[in-house]
Amino acid sequence: MMRLPPFLYLAPRSVREALSMIAGEGPQASFVAGGTDLYPNMKRRHQTPKTLVALRRLRELRGVRRLPGGGLRIGPMATLTSLEAEAPVRRDRPALFDAIRSISTPILRNMGTIGGNLLLDTRCNYYDQSYEWRRAINFCMKCEGETCWVAPGSERCLAVQSSDSAPILCALGARVRLKGPRSEREIPLEDLYQEDGIRYLKKEPDELLSDILLPPVDGVRASYKKLRRREAFDFPVLGVGAALRFEGETVREARIFLGAVSSSPVRATEAEALLVGKALTDESIAAAADRAYSVARPLDNTDFEYAWRKKMARVFVRDALHAVRSPAEGREADRRRDPA
Amino acid sequence: MAGKRAFQQIGRSPRKVDGLAKCAGATKFADDLVLPRMLIARLHRSSLAHGRIVSIDVSAAEKVPGVKAILLGRDLPTPFGILPVSEDEHALALDRVRFVGDPVAAVAAIDEDAACEAANAIRVEYEPLPAVYGPEEALAMPEPRIHDYGEEGNIHKKVALEFGDLEAGFQEAEETFEDTFFFGGNTHLPMEQHAALAAVELDGRVTIWSSTQTPHYLHRAAAKVLGLPASRIRVIACPNGGGFGGKSDPFNHEIVVAKLALATGRPVKITLTREEVFYCHRGRHPVLMRVRTGVRKDGSITAMHFKSLLDGGAYGSYGVASTYYTGALQTVTYRVPRYKFDGVRCFTNKPPCGPKRGHGTPQPRFALEVQLDKIAERLHLDPAEMRLATLQPGNSLTANFLRIGSMGLGECIRRVVEGSGWKEKFRKLPRGRGVGIACSSYICGAGLPIYWNAMPQTGVLLKIDRGGGVCVFCGETEIGQGSDTVLAQCIAEILGLDLLDIRVVAGDTDLTPVDLGSYSSRVTLMMGNAAIQAAGRAKDLLANAVSEKTGIPVSRLLFAGGRVFDGEDPSKGVSFPEAAVLAEAKCGTIATTGSYTPPPSAGRYRGAGVGPSPAYSYSAAVVEVEASEETGIVVPRKVWIAHDIGQAIHRTMAIGQVEGSVYMALGEALMEDMAYRGSRFGVHKFPSMLEYKSPTTMEMPDVETYLVEDPDPAGPFGAKEVGQGPLLPVIPAVANAIHDALRVRIDEVPITPAKVLKALSAKDRRFGPTSFPDIPMPPVTRVATPAEGGTGRALEHETAAGGVRGGSRP
Repeated sequence: MMRLPPFLYLAPRSVREALSMIAGEGPQASFVAGGTDLYPNMKRRHQTPKTLVALRRLRELRGVRRLPGGGLRIGPMATLTSLEAEAPVRRDRPALFDAIRSISTPILRNMGTIGGNLLLDTRCNYYDQSYEWRRAINFCMKCEGETCWVAPGSERCLAVQSSDSAPILCALGARVRLKGPRSEREIPLEDLYQEDGIRYLKKEPDELLSDILLPPVDGVRASYKKLRRREAFDFPVLGVGAALRFEGETVREARIFLGAVSSSPVRATEAEALLVGKALTDESIAAAADRAYSVARPLDNTDFEYAWRKKMARVFVRDALHAVRSPAEGREADRRRDPA
Repeated sequence: MAGKRAFQQIGRSPRKVDGLAKCAGATKFADDLVLPRMLIARLHRSSLAHGRIVSIDVSAAEKVPGVKAILLGRDLPTPFGILPVSEDEHALALDRVRFVGDPVAAVAAIDEDAACEAANAIRVEYEPLPAVYGPEEALAMPEPRIHDYGEEGNIHKKVALEFGDLEAGFQEAEETFEDTFFFGGNTHLPMEQHAALAAVELDGRVTIWSSTQTPHYLHRAAAKVLGLPASRIRVIACPNGGGFGGKSDPFNHEIVVAKLALATGRPVKITLTREEVFYCHRGRHPVLMRVRTGVRKDGSITAMHFKSLLDGGAYGSYGVASTYYTGALQTVTYRVPRYKFDGVRCFTNKPPCGPKRGHGTPQPRFALEVQLDKIAERLHLDPAEMRLATLQPGNSLTANFLRIGSMGLGECIRRVVEGSGWKEKFRKLPRGRGVGIACSSYICGAGLPIYWNAMPQTGVLLKIDRGGGVCVFCGETEIGQGSDTVLAQCIAEILGLDLLDIRVVAGDTDLTPVDLGSYSSRVTLMMGNAAIQAAGRAKDLLANAVSEKTGIPVSRLLFAGGRVFDGEDPSKGVSFPEAAVLAEAKCGTIATTGSYTPPPSAGRYRGAGVGPSPAYSYSAAVVEVEASEETGIVVPRKVWIAHDIGQAIHRTMAIGQVEGSVYMALGEALMEDMAYRGSRFGVHKFPSMLEYKSPTTMEMPDVETYLVEDPDPAGPFGAKEVGQGPLLPVIPAVANAIHDALRVRIDEVPITPAKVLKALSAKDRRFGPTSFPDIPMPPVTRVATPAEGGTGRALEHETAAGGVRGGSRP
């Protein structure tokens, strides 16, 4: 079987202790949450941290708390399974619930955490391979090599952001709090990501994701649509998170994020603009879907033919917007798109 | 054997003899075995698709703490391979690597971490050679040759056979159809990764435990490569966690652990990673096919010319047999009075292809059944009716001299047509929804063994204890298909016992008589017949002793319910243990044997060795799909499948085999793809269970199974195979259903959403290959058909030297 490299496992009892441990261990250390992403990566020798600082015991990083004013604080160490049972997720934010339920399998959701899913390593068919496999391609830019084999002319790594929770939480306007050894900061979730498959996070290695903050629902209706081959296991090869704030019939604010088509969640700003200030009609939906299609630039490093995946961006954005307009419409669109 | 017989065991569904252990996790698979002082082995595999080895530096590997031995190719220089005509493998590469993943060196160390570290520390310098990744490339690049044997260049094998006057057949045709199809490669994906353990006794004898479907063939290969007498090697086949043909070859790692055990004097185990299982492969050959078929207006076939081009991968494996199989069974379902077959297999720099469930026949079956659907459409015939009207009759000889016994395909078609509501659905469902039908046939064991010999293909040894316990020994291998249970059922049926009275000892070359292995759908039919013979002989011994003691004539004695008694007065008789004691007192130790040799083939031409079988199973399937015009996504809704099994031995297991076949077929039809990156060093695109897409339970539709039971005289209790045949009709039925749903033809497997969308926007509403390369063929072997008065021999002699009869020496 594939073996984990040896490492030292530290289990701090508080966030403060965790931060001091990571600072003390230096760049050879890494945090570990559920481990469902990190351990397989370590088996493939993508990362070989000498020390893991485990966050499992940190109660302060768990749980869901309603905030004054209707917002929500989600502890990043909340397991995906635990969130499925939370009313503020399940009842009040069904799009987030859908996204969480679509992640991997029930067994992995028992271990995997929401924070871990947001910080998920970018994925690529040239990277998510064993050490032996990667030796045959002389490794790649993301790990030990120099070339991006997806597009050998590329100056940057083209690995794919593959989190299901990121696009929908970005669309819902989530913010995240990062705690470092000396300071802490709060930023919009979308600003956590950047368009680089290697440095895909604007988080310092010694910073800890401590809080995920969601604004009040406040007239926002949202949906998440995921493209993947099978109904379990598979990472998204396209994920559309759409959240629209309505006043009466009029769309006042629109946020649409595409996942798994680039190295970060991609905001479809121009498509959003086509929706704001009017009712959500078939025409405006179609126009927005057309515009969103142009920002999707999938490449040949995930499942499915990439030209087909790009075509699907239009269909999935359209259906996400139909689902925002009415859940019944959304279900009908799901069926038309994928009879399963 | 017509008419129903009352059975005690046969046709029922008793608890599998290994069922509790499997459920409780108590079954010992090869990787579960642990011996004192055991070392762990690991292979260093080639990272180059094609090259010469210039040098190997093991100095860093030797320094890894815990390393006990390192092997290179020169330590095991003798070639081996499953077929005597293509012994082209080495346990470790001698001087040449032929695909990414080809084993180059082996390490044994005190634990897996040390073995991995050392294997990765081995440095190999290669001189790269140009590589080819498909048969067209192989044809275009004869040099450098991947192997220095075969037909020429990078062509491994060519086959040209013609049965009857083909041109006359095409002249009788009222319409002629010519279509080109491609069936992509896929792999077995057994849950259990291959594992092997070897240990050496103090006297130098070696035991190899392995997850193998063919312990006997491994025994032969190990003796040859290790240079030891076969009598000093014992091979034990552990229960396999799925095989599907992927554990039918002798493998590098099995021989390597034996050599490492000999070198270190310690037990050595290896368990392959999932990635390495992809490199072992031996799975479905990618096959390009051109089919030309002449028909009359009623859909009856007048002539067929079938051409196949196989992408063999880097080694021979079963490839010569696979090549013949792409042409052998076209004739056994519908009447094909004149038939020509041209088959070509090329070597390519990819993991070797070999036998996967249906061995060489799902590809031509896909082509044939989709073409029949097109023919029915053009002739305005119902595809089910058209097939029913052109069936090859039972008890007949086909144009290529295959002897058909019982033939239940007509009943299969009727069952699925009725069960699925075919007449209300075909061409009548709303757009996006459709049904398709297809049929097939499969062998119940190959008529000839892998290597030429005149011995039986299977043997059963039966010993009766004084306490009435029966121990039955057979070389068969339990790979999850239920062969241990079938063996126990056959014995229990004859001797009137409960399964708990019977102990099965299987797959052990020291203890059990040879059975050639769990491949070719041969075990139930062949082992079953041998078991009936062994049990019958034991029954005779017991009956004579009981008769002598009780005065009841032998002819009236019945064996049932653990007793031997007078059929006319059941109160008179003895218990089975008492009968055993009487028999032992009369005759000495009670042990009997049974064996089975298939009947000789009717065909006597070169190449007639592939295709003949004691019996043929038949299947028909209707698949209903929904297909999205917008995305091209296809979802199977329901599958109705009927299988002519002759007689079910274990009903639930038989249905399980059918459902498992449907599941595997749907994966092949819609998802599975052994894809490589030719422009990126020839690596396998995704050797993992996450990215090599295969269906989960979430994708599995309901399956309605109908077992058609018309006992075949050749089968034990009339039984025919069920392990492979039911896979075959499902794949073309999916393609035909997509046509009914969207009026597009997808002539290529797997059928992905992108291909469906491309077909929807194509002018001819088709996706698939259009050309077939022009390949010079050797002089054709011409055989007059039975209808033409043929004898089964070739009309004129070939000029080509060498050659095989179905992979066996003539």
